[in-house]
Amino acid sequence: MIDGIKKLAKNLTLSELRSGMKITAKEFVNTKITVQYPEEKTPISPRFRGLHALRRYPNGEERCIACKLCEAVCPANAITIESEMRDDGTRRTTQYDIDLFKCIFCGFCEEACPVDAIVETQIFDYAFESRDGSIMTKERLLKVGDDNEQVISKTKAQDAKYR
Amino acid sequence: MMELWQSFVLGVNELMPWFDGNVAAIVIILIKAVALIMPLLLTVAYFTYAERKVIGYMQLRIGPNRVGPKGWLQPIADALKLMTKEIIFPSKANIYLFLLAPILAIAPAIAVWAVVPFDEGIYVTNLDVSLLYVLAIGSIGVYGIILAGWASNSKYPLLGALRSASLLVSYEIVIGFALVTVVMIAGSVNLNTIVADQQGGIVNWYFIPLFPMMIIFFISALVETNRAPFDVVEGESEIVGGTHVEYSGMTFAVFFLAEYANMILMAVLAVIMFFGGWHSPFEGLGVLESVFAWVPGIVWLLAKSTFFMFLYLWVRATFPRFRYDQIMRLSWKVFLPMTIIWIFVVALMTQLHIGPWFA
Repeated sequence: MIDGIKKLAKNLTLSELRSGMKITAKEFVNTKITVQYPEEKTPISPRFRGLHALRRYPNGEERCIACKLCEAVCPANAITIESEMRDDGTRRTTQYDIDLFKCIFCGFCEEACPVDAIVETQIFDYAFESRDGSIMTKERLLKVGDDNEQVISKTKAQDAKYR
Repeated sequence: MMELWQSFVLGVNELMPWFDGNVAAIVIILIKAVALIMPLLLTVAYFTYAERKVIGYMQLRIGPNRVGPKGWLQPIADALKLMTKEIIFPSKANIYLFLLAPILAIAPAIAVWAVVPFDEGIYVTNLDVSLLYVLAIGSIGVYGIILAGWASNSKYPLLGALRSASLLVSYEIVIGFALVTVVMIAGSVNLNTIVADQQGGIVNWYFIPLFPMMIIFFISALVETNRAPFDVVEGESEIVGGTHVEYSGMTFAVFFLAEYANMILMAVLAVIMFFGGWHSPFEGLGVLESVFAWVPGIVWLLAKSTFFMFLYLWVRATFPRFRYDQIMRLSWKVFLPMTIIWIFVVALMTQLHIGPWFA
C-alpha cells in the first residue's frame, strides 16, 4: 500500500523524466570533443601504416635492390617485382607495383626490406578516381617517397629504437 | 497608419477605378497573410537548424557547421536540395490523392495561425470562437497524413497513417479536456480574451492553477505533432518512415513544413493558454515592470514560445520512443481521468473563488 502510494507520487511528479532531462541538459552545456577533421587532425603514431613509399639514399640513388623479399613476404600477393641488371652492374627493379586493392597494410614488406627502401608513410587520406589508380607503380611510389622524405626519416628514427 | 492607407486607396482609386474599398480589403488580407507566412516559414527553416544543433549538443556533438558561418546557411541548403530533387510517384499510387495529401497537411497548419494573437491587437483575424477554430482546423491536418498513407499504396505508410489516426482520436480528446479547464477560467473561447484575462503578472497566468493540465497539454501536443518520444507515425526503426516513405523532394518537404509549423503553433498555444501570451512576466513588480516596459508584447510571446520549442528538442534528445500500446494507455487510462478530475477541481475552485484566477 505504502509502496503503491510512493510509486504513484513518483510517477505523478515525473521524477524519472526529470532526472533524464537533467542529464541531457548537463551534456548540452558540456565542452564538445568533436575533432573538426580537415582542419584538425588526431595525432598519428610514428608506427602508423599508411600509403607506401619507396625511399632514396641522400645522394639520390634509389635504395631498392630488387631482392624481392617484400614480394615473398607479402601475405596478400599485392607486390609485383621485375628486375634487370643496370648498366653499372647493379641489380635494379624495372617494375615495382603495389596493388592497393590487395594490400592489407600489414607492414611486413617494410619489416622484410634489408635496405629500408619500401616503407609505409603516415598518409591515410589518399584517393584515386579510376581502377588503374589502385596500382602504385614504381614512379608513383618513388614520388611519394621524394615528397615526404623528411617526415618518413623522422618517423622511422622515432620508431627505430623499438624495432 | 490607417489614415495613410485610406488616402493611398483613394489615390489609387482615382487612377484605377476598379481599385475600390473591396479590392483594398482583399489586398490588406493578402499583405497580412504574407507578413504572417513568410516569418513562419523562415522560423520553420531555422527551427530545423536549431533542432540539429540542440540535439547535437545534447549528444556531445557539434551539429551542422559547414554551410556558411557556423552552419547558418544549412536550412537554405536543405531547402535547395529538396526543391531540386525528383518527385517520385509510386507506380500504383493514386497520383491525385498522393499530391493532395501534402497540401491537406500544410494548409491547416498555416490556416490555424490566422487566429493566433501575437500582441494586443496584432492578429490576422479576431474570431470569437478562435479556440474552437484552432482545435477544428488543427485536427484536419491529420487527414493529410491519413491520405498520404492511403494514397501511397504501400504497407508501411498505411500502418503509419492508421497509427496517426488512432493517436489523433485519443489525444484530441485529452487536449480538448485540458483546454476546457482554461476556458472555464477565462470564460471565453476567444484567444484574445484568454490572454487578456491573464493580465497582471505571473501569479495571474493560468499555469499555476492548471499546472497538471499544462504538462498534459504539452505531452499531448508532442503526440499530436508526431514528435519524439511519440513519433510512432514515422517510427524509423519500426515502419521505416511511416507516411513519408514514398514521398520525396518537395512533397516530402511540405510534410516537413507542416509538422514543424504545427510544433511551433503548439508552443505558441501553450504560451497563450498557460503562460500569459504577450504579457510581460515582470508585470506588477514595480521597478522591473518599468525597466522592461519598452519591450513589445510580441517579444515576450516569442521568447516564451522559444522555451517551449526548446523543450520539444530537449525531450526528443532525452527519451526513447514509446511503444504503441503504452501511448494508448497513457491517453485513455492516465491523461483522460486526470483531465476530468481536474475539471471538477477547477469547478470547485471557481465556486470558492480561489486566488486571482477565479475572482
